[in-house]
Amino acid sequence: MSASLTLVVLMAVMYGTGVYVMLEKSLTRILIGFLLVGNATNLLIFIMSGRSGTSPIIDDGVTGADIVDPVPQVLMLTAIVINFGITAFILALIYRSWWLSNLGDEGDDVIADEDDEEAREADQAEIFHTSLEDDDEAVRTVLEEGGDADDDDGVPHTREPSEQERDVMR
Amino acid sequence: MILVLLLFAGLSALTPLLTRALGTRVFYLVAALPAAVFVLTLTQTGAVLGTSEGGPGELTDVVPWIPQLGIALSFRLDTLSWLLALVVTGVGALVLVYCARYFSDREPQLGRFAALLLAFAGTMYGLVTADDIYIMFMFWEITSVLSYLLIGHYTDRKESRGAALQALLVTTFGGLAMLVGIVLLTTDAGTTSIAQLVSDPPPGSGLVTTAIMLILVGALSKSALVPFHFWLPAAMAAPTPVSAYLHAAAMVKAGIYLIARLAPGFADTPGWTPVLVTIGVWTMLLGAWRSLRQNDLKLLLAYGTVSQLGFLTVVVGFGTRDAALAGAALLLGHALFKATLFLVVGIIDHDEGTRDLREITGLGRRRPLLATVAFIAVASMAGIPPLLGFVAKEAVLTAFLDAGQEGEPWGWVALIGVAVGSILTVAYSARFFWGAFATKKIPATNPAPADGVGASGVAGVHGQRSQHHQPEPHGHKPDNLILISPLILTIATITLGLAAGIISPALETYADTFPHDFAYVAGDEGHGTYHLALWHGLEPALGISAVVIALGLALFAIRKPFARLQKRVPHVVDAARSYWSIVRAVDLAAAKVTLFAQKGGLPQYLGTILLVFVLTLGGTTALNRTWPTEFVLWDFPAQVFVAAAMAVAAVMAARATHRLAAVLLVGATGFGMVVLFAFHGAPDLALTQALVETVTIVVFVLVLRRLPQKIAQHNRPVRRGRRIIIGTLVGVTMGLVGFIALGARQAGTMSEELARLAVEEGHGLNVVNVMLVDIRAWDTMNELSVLIVVATGVASLIFVTGRNFTIPRLRESRGRRQGRERVQLVDDPHTSNSVDDGGEGDDRQHSWLLGGKTLSPENRSIILEVLVRLIFHPAIVVSIFLLFAGHNAPGGGFAAGLVAGLALIARYLAGGRYELGETIPIGPGVLLGAGMLLATGTAVGSLFLGADVLTSAYFSTELPVLGYVSFGTSTIFDIGVYLVVIGVVLDILRALGGEVDRQQAEDDVDAAPDDHSVTADEAETRGRVASRETSGAISRNAGGAASGPASSTPGGDA
Repeated sequence: MSASLTLVVLMAVMYGTGVYVMLEKSLTRILIGFLLVGNATNLLIFIMSGRSGTSPIIDDGVTGADIVDPVPQVLMLTAIVINFGITAFILALIYRSWWLSNLGDEGDDVIADEDDEEAREADQAEIFHTSLEDDDEAVRTVLEEGGDADDDDGVPHTREPSEQERDVMR
Repeated sequence: MILVLLLFAGLSALTPLLTRALGTRVFYLVAALPAAVFVLTLTQTGAVLGTSEGGPGELTDVVPWIPQLGIALSFRLDTLSWLLALVVTGVGALVLVYCARYFSDREPQLGRFAALLLAFAGTMYGLVTADDIYIMFMFWEITSVLSYLLIGHYTDRKESRGAALQALLVTTFGGLAMLVGIVLLTTDAGTTSIAQLVSDPPPGSGLVTTAIMLILVGALSKSALVPFHFWLPAAMAAPTPVSAYLHAAAMVKAGIYLIARLAPGFADTPGWTPVLVTIGVWTMLLGAWRSLRQNDLKLLLAYGTVSQLGFLTVVVGFGTRDAALAGAALLLGHALFKATLFLVVGIIDHDEGTRDLREITGLGRRRPLLATVAFIAVASMAGIPPLLGFVAKEAVLTAFLDAGQEGEPWGWVALIGVAVGSILTVAYSARFFWGAFATKKIPATNPAPADGVGASGVAGVHGQRSQHHQPEPHGHKPDNLILISPLILTIATITLGLAAGIISPALETYADTFPHDFAYVAGDEGHGTYHLALWHGLEPALGISAVVIALGLALFAIRKPFARLQKRVPHVVDAARSYWSIVRAVDLAAAKVTLFAQKGGLPQYLGTILLVFVLTLGGTTALNRTWPTEFVLWDFPAQVFVAAAMAVAAVMAARATHRLAAVLLVGATGFGMVVLFAFHGAPDLALTQALVETVTIVVFVLVLRRLPQKIAQHNRPVRRGRRIIIGTLVGVTMGLVGFIALGARQAGTMSEELARLAVEEGHGLNVVNVMLVDIRAWDTMNELSVLIVVATGVASLIFVTGRNFTIPRLRESRGRRQGRERVQLVDDPHTSNSVDDGGEGDDRQHSWLLGGKTLSPENRSIILEVLVRLIFHPAIVVSIFLLFAGHNAPGGGFAAGLVAGLALIARYLAGGRYELGETIPIGPGVLLGAGMLLATGTAVGSLFLGADVLTSAYFSTELPVLGYVSFGTSTIFDIGVYLVVIGVVLDILRALGGEVDRQQAEDDVDAAPDDHSVTADEAETRGRVASRETSGAISRNAGGAASGPASSTPGGDA
């Protein structure tokens, strides 16, 4: 099956630009990139349907042999509509994020404030680790106090365990 | 056996409910199940052990599970399983009975505890009866998890949580190693049945040795052997019944069981005996040594258990028939006496309020029965006749002695190690009994609570007390019912010891599975004839036993100086400390990796993913050798121009700094796609894409009207170079992939077959549409679900204060619909009683759109209203036409729904959000639901008629006006699609349109209050101001939306 170089190049350009935009932090730019990449992907599927031909509508004189492959078209139709849905969703996200920050376009990005975020995460990790370490420490304390810490058989913290020892010997 | 397991699972699930009703009495109820299984297993004795003459039999129970991997739910009861099953069910039942008196009804989480303990008993039963090694492993891991939950029963105590996690980590680490070993072993042997693995082991090789060693790591970690021993003492933070069951009788025995299970087949694996004997002896000595240092009775027992587990490992892992026989007896003996001792400690803890042997005195005099029970158990542990422990120890010593005399050096190592260990065992046994029951002189007044270490130590060790008791140290009334379980176990210890000759044949059926052809026993006639008995005559083993007991008691007598000596011996390696440092290091490494890999937010994640994509796929394409030979530059000349325009638009969209410009440029690429589709022979695609692009731009504008004009002011684009590189690489890779993929395609299309299917089966001429609603209707169903999720997501993101169930409508709209009143002023705060603008003028105007009145005059566009008024109904008609024509011509549910959605958009743009409510006075949820109902109804409906899901049916007829009409269930499906699409558009409009308007109005009022308050009611004024500004924004944006596509489509010259 032969390819139309024009479409392949176009697809590459749209992928490239889409990815370029998508790698930014602004949600709007990400959405722009998403749309470009979405169109490029549709184009990729489209190219796979081969050369152009008669539309897949079986009418007078048209037979199954003449028509363009309908399978990619069905896939793309689904993709187009879902693309639309996701776009609307990201738009709602953008609006919501803007609404939350309500300070110009400060909310219009992936990370509200990178440093704050990291500091908070580090804090949480710290709390988690400290609690785990506390638990371990408690285990260690119990084991050591129950055993090695003290002189054997003695009543705890009395001066002369040995004397009492002798008394209670069988 | 499978039925038993199901019963366990079912009853465990019910236990929490039952506990709510029965309180602690639930333990009696749930104990009945393991007890019943115990009896059942006893009745199977004959079948398992074989009749007088017939050899040992077995019971099997197999249900295929994953035949592809050869894994089956196979269970098998042979002598070893039978023995273990009796132990776990018997001790399990007794421990559960004990729990009923141990806990009080006020115990928190009692139901969960009872359920877990019962489930544990069931799991252990599964573990020891499973024949498929993977099923065994499954139970193995379940016991780890249950043990975690049971150890951590006191969730509010730090040491409880820490110990639980430690036990879990250690045992699952071992389990993981074991899994690798199991996989290696079963792959090599070609079977997953333990019985077959043992009876016909794969020939020795490096692989088998590695596998066995890995499995041993699992067994050693489970049974708390060096270097994994430290988790068991820590696990004493669990309630005492748990310690008695899991950490004496059941779970820690799993490792011993596995060693005993594999020993007949794999004891001659290189390294097996040295490893097990060394580690076992070491563990035995270390545990006993540490045990002598403990003042907490429970910890003393815990270290004693570690020691005994080492002992057991030496014996069952030794690999001769006699050692195996001794091991089986010892296993049984240990389960009986150690469970008893733990239960006794629990009672002491309960009644005395402490487990510290320095604080208990005179208990032997006060509780003679308890002391007797404990004494017998301790004696069994020390190996004093005529108890089971003695019988077992005799057998062990004889077995090692024989092996040593026959020239097996490890026999001497084991003998000496076990003998020394036994001396220590006698010493700590004596110390335990003395500590718990002897009358000692204790200072009348305890040191003040403020006394630093002592006070906190007591709190740590006796935290359990505070769970059960009011702080009155000796106030608990002795409860003799709680003694039932220890008593029964003790009776078993005595009778089995006396009846050693009777149980010997039973256990020998296991021992006899060992091959008799080891190098050092070859040709030895007298070997393999040892029987368990109380009295073997005056033989060396008896002498050793006597010496051991004497030395042990002597050691107990000089325990003071010995303790001082112990204190001077430093820890060589502290396994617990190494464990903690390893865990900490892993934590640290994980934190560092996370920080490194997840620092840059979404751009970095995306960048990483894309780079990996380029490296893998790009690398593969670079190695490609089958480049397509035939290709054309273009399909038709115009393609080049369209493509060039699209490319330019894409690049400019990437560079655009204004939101609207970027959106329109992206729209240009979308409309470029429309042209490509149209020329290519894809009318459906062209139609749908064009509609979607239009709706998208409108939705964009609805949102963007509130955002600043310029993009990314807060987050300036950074790292342009890197982004350009990644973008270029991805673009080039995708281009190459597409190019190669096209050339690589071998088979032709399915067009012909699909066309036939569409016409003959689907009764439609439009192949694409028939595929959507019939041939590939599943896809479409899923797509509808996605759309509904999206619509719900959008609504929930925007309707912050809860979804608006009331649709914003004008007052008295019902009355207005009667036509006569249409010209009258609507009684609405936005339009009634206006004093500050030309409201009266509106009164006399004819209203084209109902909602138009809500807009202030300067924002109203009468031309737009008129146009919308004229276009709306035809548009709906067109959409319905597209819906029904779609089967045979371009169109279909999607396109039709989008057209109807556009009509709604037009109404909203011209008349504002009230107009939307007036146009379609039902919520989008109703539309979405109805659409999905139609679609799924068609899908499910065919099931009732005996056909597959989504099978379609047709009837056709000649109608007067329309001519030949073929109507099928797939059309109903398409109507569902239609409604869902309208619902989605309506939802988006209400959320991003209406609700955003409302929020903006609120903000504006908040931002500038009292600006317009003249004389009229303030609230009304605010509403007016708000709606005026909102609609102004909309009409401006509507202009942009309308002109955008028109200007950019031809060449992307925007």
